[in-house]
Amino acid sequence: MEVLLPRTLEEALEIKAARPEAVPIAGGTDLMVELNFDRRRPALMVDVSRLPELREWRRENGTVFLGAGVTFTRIIRELPEFVPLVQASRTVGSPQIRNRGTVGGNLGTASPAGDALPVLAAYDAEIVLAAAGGRRRALPWHQFLVGPKRHAAAPDELILGARWGIVRGPGSFSKVGPRNAMVIAVASLCLVMDEGARAFRVALGSVGPTILRAPEAEAFAVRALADAGAWDDPRASLSPPALQEFGERVAAAARPIDDVRGTAAYRRHACAVLARRALAWAFEDRRSTSRSS
Amino acid sequence: MSVRILPGTRGGVGESVRRVDGVPKVKGAFQFASDLWAEGMLWGYTLRSPHPHARIRAVEISAALTDPGVHAVLLAADVPGKKTYGLEFSDQPVLAWDRVRYAGEPVAVLAAADLETARRATERIRVDYDVLPAVTDMGEALRPDAPRVHDFGNVLRHIRIEHGDPGAPADVWVEGYYETGMQDQASLGPEAGLAIPADDGGVDLYVATQWLHVDRMQIAPCLNLPEEKVRLYLAGVGGAFGAREDVSMQVHACLLALRTRRPVKMVYSREESFYGHVHRHPSRIWMRHGARRDGTLVNVYARILMDGGAYASSSAAVIGNASTFATGPYEVPNALIEGTCVYTNNPPCGAMRGFGAVQVCFAYEAQMDKLARALGMDPVEIRLKNALGTGSVLPTGQVITGSAPVREVIRRCAAIPLPEEPAASRGGDPCSYPGGAGNVSRGEGLRRGMGFAIGFKNIAYSEGFDDSAEVRVKLFAGPAGPVAEVHSAAAEVGQGIHTVLTQIVRTGLGVEHVLLHPPDTQVGSAGSTSASRQTMMSGGAAQLACAVVREELCARVRRRAEAEGRALRGEITLEGGAVLAGNAPVGRVEEFLEMPIECVRTYHHRRTQPLDARGQGDVHVALAFAAQRAVVEVDEELGLVRVVQVATAQDVGRAINPQNVAGQIEGGTAQGLGLALMEEIQLQDGQIRNASFTDYLIPTILDMPPVISVLVEEPEPGVPFGAKGVGEPSTVVSTAAIVAALRDATGRELNRVPVRPDDLIGLSPPVASPGPPPSPDVPGPEPIPKRAGLAAGQADLMRGD
Repeated sequence: MEVLLPRTLEEALEIKAARPEAVPIAGGTDLMVELNFDRRRPALMVDVSRLPELREWRRENGTVFLGAGVTFTRIIRELPEFVPLVQASRTVGSPQIRNRGTVGGNLGTASPAGDALPVLAAYDAEIVLAAAGGRRRALPWHQFLVGPKRHAAAPDELILGARWGIVRGPGSFSKVGPRNAMVIAVASLCLVMDEGARAFRVALGSVGPTILRAPEAEAFAVRALADAGAWDDPRASLSPPALQEFGERVAAAARPIDDVRGTAAYRRHACAVLARRALAWAFEDRRSTSRSS
Repeated sequence: MSVRILPGTRGGVGESVRRVDGVPKVKGAFQFASDLWAEGMLWGYTLRSPHPHARIRAVEISAALTDPGVHAVLLAADVPGKKTYGLEFSDQPVLAWDRVRYAGEPVAVLAAADLETARRATERIRVDYDVLPAVTDMGEALRPDAPRVHDFGNVLRHIRIEHGDPGAPADVWVEGYYETGMQDQASLGPEAGLAIPADDGGVDLYVATQWLHVDRMQIAPCLNLPEEKVRLYLAGVGGAFGAREDVSMQVHACLLALRTRRPVKMVYSREESFYGHVHRHPSRIWMRHGARRDGTLVNVYARILMDGGAYASSSAAVIGNASTFATGPYEVPNALIEGTCVYTNNPPCGAMRGFGAVQVCFAYEAQMDKLARALGMDPVEIRLKNALGTGSVLPTGQVITGSAPVREVIRRCAAIPLPEEPAASRGGDPCSYPGGAGNVSRGEGLRRGMGFAIGFKNIAYSEGFDDSAEVRVKLFAGPAGPVAEVHSAAAEVGQGIHTVLTQIVRTGLGVEHVLLHPPDTQVGSAGSTSASRQTMMSGGAAQLACAVVREELCARVRRRAEAEGRALRGEITLEGGAVLAGNAPVGRVEEFLEMPIECVRTYHHRRTQPLDARGQGDVHVALAFAAQRAVVEVDEELGLVRVVQVATAQDVGRAINPQNVAGQIEGGTAQGLGLALMEEIQLQDGQIRNASFTDYLIPTILDMPPVISVLVEEPEPGVPFGAKGVGEPSTVVSTAAIVAALRDATGRELNRVPVRPDDLIGLSPPVASPGPPPSPDVPGPEPIPKRAGLAAGQADLMRGD
């Protein structure tokens, strides 16, 4: 096996252009497991962990760009205002894994259980891709994540990072697993309340072939809030039956299967519970923010 | 004449001495078996069967041999001696010939220049299998038309214990059916060792094991070598928990080393480790308990079925334990207990911490809670009422002659203060709720529950085994004073026997500087580091040897005094390296050590008996008891759990090293918690579906509660220092205690472990059985025939003593 260590992004992209079969490796927390299990034997790997462009994050005109090589530990430390992203990062593996693992790894692996992915989906993020010769393009998350462990980057492209519009409003990420830490999601959910756009966005992980959104439930919550005149009243909440219905509508969006980690029935059920709680917490957090400000 | 050791020698018995292996382990400097290395060594790798049951038509190895990095490929025909091995019955092929009986069974071994070359070359070995129908359900295995795992049938052992009048009537009956899943020992260190061919035609094997001598006893005949040419040395053991009782890579590495004349190292990957060692027996247990209105137990009927997998391993002893402990630590005047262990085409099961006592404790403690509920009694009260004590009679007819402070452990455990009720807000930390780091709760749907369980476990081997232990102690003059050396083959597997041995020698000789000789087969057998037995057995041998060394020292002191015409007044004592007669100093210890004093002693526990045809016999050496109380919180909407606290009182006889005892209790509790909440090897048609630590989950620090332990010290008579083993009782009871707490929190039946989130929220129904699990006709199908029996097992080792 050959491992190439490019020093610049352009060098890395030229490698990908010349040898598109080169498998990028950053933290290695997914790839090395595959290698250890002998599920993959890449002839060539390209180490992207040294590329400065991938290791940065920045704000640009109301959006934020998060480099693919930013580790989960750095997200927790450096991006505290993005609460759901930080919460998702905290659920990733152990401290050692969080020190190595990156958002780019979640995107490159494209597993429906990738912890950061429901957050990117709820942020309506786009994935920024790069190829040699200065070619750049951005794909909306749902065009990038096309199936279980499948994404739409071309063989000569590298994932630069993700970009999303900064949202005003509360949000959260939750993940269910049969152990209280270091567990692969049996079901996960991210809810973002966009007070500026008067929208809700809910994304589900580990309950379908890829990350799923729950558009009907989102629309239901928007309507219910409008009906209650609650968009303008930060102390308002929804009634328990409305929360319940929201949860059921979210669960209806799930397409879970039975596997070694959990049953489809439990996954669907968990979606309903997590959704109900997440919506209630959004109101709770909105109230406490309005009180403190 | 005796020599008294005055208190004052630091680091002796009863002190929480620092572990001898503690600092290197914490610093990462400890050399585990997987770190072994030798100049010019090759790597061994194993080709395993993908099928649970198949006939081997042909094996083609030529393609594997074309790689210049490959030095040898061995098949069953290349085994120069005996083709099978086994702890109790020699039924397991070194390499399969003719038939494979479980998915994962070794078919070929290969040595190559490096591990990757070995792995890839192994893929080029072509095995032509004729796939046969497999039996992968323990109940199905008893059907007359089931595929036969072995020619003699599928019954591995059947036990029937009749006690009192099994027809005795009772006022109240409760009935229950219980299942336990297949648990893995999940040692962090995988199976590993290094075999080095020797100039005398023999082999030196450095290996992580639990019992060097029983490994050698099984290895040597397969290699067709006399035992003295097979020398074993203990390599650093990264946890054992029973998984290292059976031979795994030992014979393979030796075969490859002898064939290639090069050192050969073998290390299993995590995935391979799941196939390469035995597991805890899954069980199906049906029980019926009858009691008088006042709560006094009258009659118990128990049927236990266990899946032994494809080969016997220690299954016969495990079902023996499960059957003899089926009624729990209670006085039961009448009982009928039937235990059956069957062969199936599942991976073999054998020893794991708790050894048959865990499964039945889960069942009988659930029954005791049912009974308490039926009678409107408090769970603690009903246990106190029926508790065993010294003089009680077990269903086997065995009268308990040793200490049995059952009521004491119950009372002391129940008296530990309960954890505080949680504050409404927990500082916003999701880790303080069920679901932990997953951030799923701010306290919604939270229910608290409390469960109580007691249990017991035998110390040392049972049913007539004389699993003796030998220790050599040498006292000599070092440059800075007297030095004692202790040489024992006892395997330190992380539990602390090495520290215990040094403590016993310090106390025994009044010498602070104690050296540990590395464990190997140059000294006699220590028996297995199993069955909570090493402190009692090897500790006992060390104590005996120290007494003899002391006597000799004393004789030298007197001889010299006589030679010098001095009279010694008073008792001779040793204190801090000084010899005193009465209060008068006689000299330094080393002055009497021109020649070292050396002594080898063997400790035997009291003899026990095998079970007779009616399941009667004085089968267990000594018993240790434990009580645990678990407090849990359940998220009743998500079915997630946080164990808030485990409080426990354990009967330890005497704590040689109290901190180490607490450590054993915490570790044992973690393993019991794992079985209660998450640990299960999931099998489908004989295939393991979760052979990784990604999908076989063991508890993390966020799953473990604080464990508050009380040590009940009521010395066991006739046992060195009165010390009972401490490794297993906590594992026996914690699964039962935690599930009892979950039942209390949710009101659900929860009759199968591990309990899944689905069970806690009622998404899946309790497991059901139409009645007792099937029983073979007794005497019925002949269990393992004599030709495969004990003649090939540990009995040999016993005779060797």
